[in-house]
Amino acid sequence: MIKLVNICKSFGAQTVLNNLCLKLPRGQITAVIGPSGEGKSVLLKQIIGLEKPDSGQVLVDGTDITRLSRSDLNRAREKFGMLFQNAALFDSLTVFENVAFPLEEKTRLTREQIRIKVFEALKHVGLNGIDQKFPDELSGGMKKRVGLARALLLNPRIILFDEPTTGLDPIICRAIHQLIADTHRLFGFTAIIVSHEIPEIFDISHRVAMLFRGEIIEEGPTEEIRNSRNPVVRQFIDGSLDGPIQFMK
Amino acid sequence: MRRFVEKLGGLTLATLRDMGRMLAFLGYALYIVIRLPGRPVHILKQIHFIGTKSLFVIVLTAAFTGMVLGLQGYYTLSKFGSEGMLGSAVALSLIRELGPVLTALMVTGRAGSAITAEIGIMKITEQIDALKTMALEPFKYLVSPKIIAAIIVVPLLCAIFDVVGIFGGYVVGVKLLGVNPGAYFFEMEKSVVGKDVFSGFVKSVSFGLIISWVCCFKGYYAGHGAEGVSRATTAAVVMSSVLVLVWDYFLTSVLL
Repeated sequence: MIKLVNICKSFGAQTVLNNLCLKLPRGQITAVIGPSGEGKSVLLKQIIGLEKPDSGQVLVDGTDITRLSRSDLNRAREKFGMLFQNAALFDSLTVFENVAFPLEEKTRLTREQIRIKVFEALKHVGLNGIDQKFPDELSGGMKKRVGLARALLLNPRIILFDEPTTGLDPIICRAIHQLIADTHRLFGFTAIIVSHEIPEIFDISHRVAMLFRGEIIEEGPTEEIRNSRNPVVRQFIDGSLDGPIQFMK
Repeated sequence: MRRFVEKLGGLTLATLRDMGRMLAFLGYALYIVIRLPGRPVHILKQIHFIGTKSLFVIVLTAAFTGMVLGLQGYYTLSKFGSEGMLGSAVALSLIRELGPVLTALMVTGRAGSAITAEIGIMKITEQIDALKTMALEPFKYLVSPKIIAAIIVVPLLCAIFDVVGIFGGYVVGVKLLGVNPGAYFFEMEKSVVGKDVFSGFVKSVSFGLIISWVCCFKGYYAGHGAEGVSRATTAAVVMSSVLVLVWDYFLTSVLL
């Protein structure tokens, strides 16, 4: 269970997260939705300790990771995997080396065992025969799938997805969502997905939280949020220009 | 007036904050160098990148520096009828001063800027964050091997610089200007002592540390986008070069 308690985060004069509270149940997929620039990626970075909140607690299985030392935080991060918006593959390494990297560094597997695991992981995300390519030779969707293979390889208990389908065509978008749902069924991890893909994201998430003006304004089971009467949530789901969300500030 | 004082105060505080951050970075980097030096293969890669790939530019610079020293030295010494001291003048200038400093400046320009750009790009494309999310220490992969490699490689390049420079001085002094070859080497052997070599060695080791430290730091804290990386690269080259020259003065005054 991940619990965010009264998280505040500002960059200069701009307040991004304002007393944000959120519970993310174990083993479920929670989608975090909200307008662009509202701090959804910042929220993910607080959860994994890439950024520290100005105040508040991030409790992961009861441990407040904002107070951990550098080495303890590293230990806590072993529970996590993360798929970045742009996949964040190491651009000087091949696809094989990228996926093998965490295994080489974190396990004592032999080269042959690593090779087998990497090819299994690539096959699982539907990528065969690209292991010797470099990231800049791949399409956006392929990069994300390689990123997903890398994130899954150490069997993390929690995976954070930062806009996993942004910039992809609808078919690849659907394929990535399907992949996330399938791997979740297989491994049972806790997933937090930041996404703008509405309503597609509702098909794979168990819960949805809406972030607006630095706060979670509504959170609950997917169907509940889908039928929400909250005018902000309603406007965002419907993609309507009229409503409390002003897109031209 | 008040605004001026406020601005000055703000600037001073920002400078002190930056200096503190740089020193903290160095402290943590040295801690990681000792605790997690990185895999030998990563260090070897950096030795190849900083050292082997700088060899051509070092040899070229050294040859012409030695030749210029030969010309200038001959011109000055001939006024006192001491052309025979040319070997000694060339060798001492190179071993004590020009070898370490010019090697450091060349390495900064060729490898230091690339180090900053590489780390800076990794930062803006979230590759450093990716390392952190895998519960890996980024300094172990990005900083530690570069510092170790630079400390090993810069003295070696400096030694090559000295030898090539002395040979450059020999070509000009002996082959072109007619200085006695025996005198060239005899005077050199007589005047260059262990302390001179040690001084050059200490300088080049510390320059290796300065270059790798400053260039890694500037890359690690590069600003946003391509412009941020390009600014960081320029700042790294300028700051490394200035620090090398300033530190050279202090070391010379201590080691003389």
